[in-house]
Amino acid sequence: MTAGAPTVEAIKLTKAFGHHAALRGVDLVLEEGQFLALFGPNGAGKTTLMRIVATLTRPTGGSVRLWGQEVGRAATSLRSNIGLISHDPLLYGDLTAEENLRFFARMYALPANGTRSALDRARIDAVLDQVGLTARRRDPVRTFSRGMVQRLSIARAILHDPRLLLLDEPYTGLDLQAADMLRGFLQDLATTDRTVILTTHSLEQGLEVCDRAAILARGRIAWMGARDDVDLETMKEIYRDVTRAA
Amino acid sequence: MTYLRKVGAIVWKDVVAELRTKEMFSAMFVFAVLVIVIFTFAFQLRVSGERVREVTPGALWVAFVFAGILGLNRAFVLEKDRGCLEGLLLAPVDHTAIYFGKLASTMIFMLVVEAVTLPVFTAFLGVSLFDPALLLVIVLGTFGFAGVGTILSAMTAQTRAREVLLPILLLPVVAPVLIAAVRATAGILDGLPLSDLAVWLRLLVAFDVIYPAVAFMVFDYVVKE
Repeated sequence: MTAGAPTVEAIKLTKAFGHHAALRGVDLVLEEGQFLALFGPNGAGKTTLMRIVATLTRPTGGSVRLWGQEVGRAATSLRSNIGLISHDPLLYGDLTAEENLRFFARMYALPANGTRSALDRARIDAVLDQVGLTARRRDPVRTFSRGMVQRLSIARAILHDPRLLLLDEPYTGLDLQAADMLRGFLQDLATTDRTVILTTHSLEQGLEVCDRAAILARGRIAWMGARDDVDLETMKEIYRDVTRAA
Repeated sequence: MTYLRKVGAIVWKDVVAELRTKEMFSAMFVFAVLVIVIFTFAFQLRVSGERVREVTPGALWVAFVFAGILGLNRAFVLEKDRGCLEGLLLAPVDHTAIYFGKLASTMIFMLVVEAVTLPVFTAFLGVSLFDPALLLVIVLGTFGFAGVGTILSAMTAQTRAREVLLPILLLPVVAPVLIAAVRATAGILDGLPLSDLAVWLRLLVAFDVIYPAVAFMVFDYVVKE
């Protein structure tokens, strides 16, 4: 990793699925510790951008660098610093909450020394406690409600203490209580030095936690600015204008 | 070592999930037994006595292959469920570890089903199948089948018609392994020495190396958009 390099740097990023261009030249720079809320209508390319940054999808053109390293060349080493919460929970329904986390702890090799098992357990205990699922740790995930699955998904994403956290529509399908829990988690995140990208349709939910905001429309960053420069009403006007124009 | 540990973690996860549900094992076992029963009655119409030995290798491998296809169909479908495959792809490990993990768990499930099915086969057809040389052929044949089946399962799991597509793609590709396994099995049941079956055993070993090697090279392109 290159010292002083931005956490995320996308340059003229494009992605096409057949004849459909999902991204049409995205330029984006995100420094260490910044919290970006990425807004945009359905089909704007938010999920595609997140998947490319997460190393799950290859771009058609342009490039993405994480901490100064080209994603295509160093994807395996970069992934140990990336956490993703996506539409899907990325959890095994037939395994218990604890077994899921133990499996991902092994996949992330936490930590690489002789006392791994004990430290794995301590870390698993800590994240289960953080998301309030300690009492259900031995229950299969398929018995969980949508909100509980999302909480466990958060636990999985932060298990390896990633420096870059990608949250793709994390509020989808959550009830009020689960959404409150997630809001609290995001507010805590905003006070840490982690770099975060949050995609959401809700301007309110995004603006209450971010320090940077951007609007993605038809595969392009149509607007980007500092959170302190806009209030909710101004942001709504900008959103309407840029999505209509795009 | 880290690579092998992660392969082991994938196997552990698959085995724990299977022990809890027994979905894959029970489907494979029941299917294999049904194939044996159907073949037994079908052959008894025209084949009797010593000639049963002639059809046993084919019947044995048809049962193993079709039961194996059932298992392979489930292998990556479970990973696609809830986006689990993406969870694996996000882990800081070479993606080929996923292939070898799934290959190892498919091998385990198939070998367990085969071990349980062999006595049933012996009982129905009246041919003793407990020969160390035959067990070697079964292991080699199963490995070749699972080696190519796992990569094709990963490919077809991304499609809508996966249950249909997997056997259509797999059976022609796995044909050399099947031919070698059936011929070697027939030779062993006929009491031929292993030296007479060397050509078939060498073919099995060759495909056991070639298929995983090709999968090792292309797996990343198969699972990544």
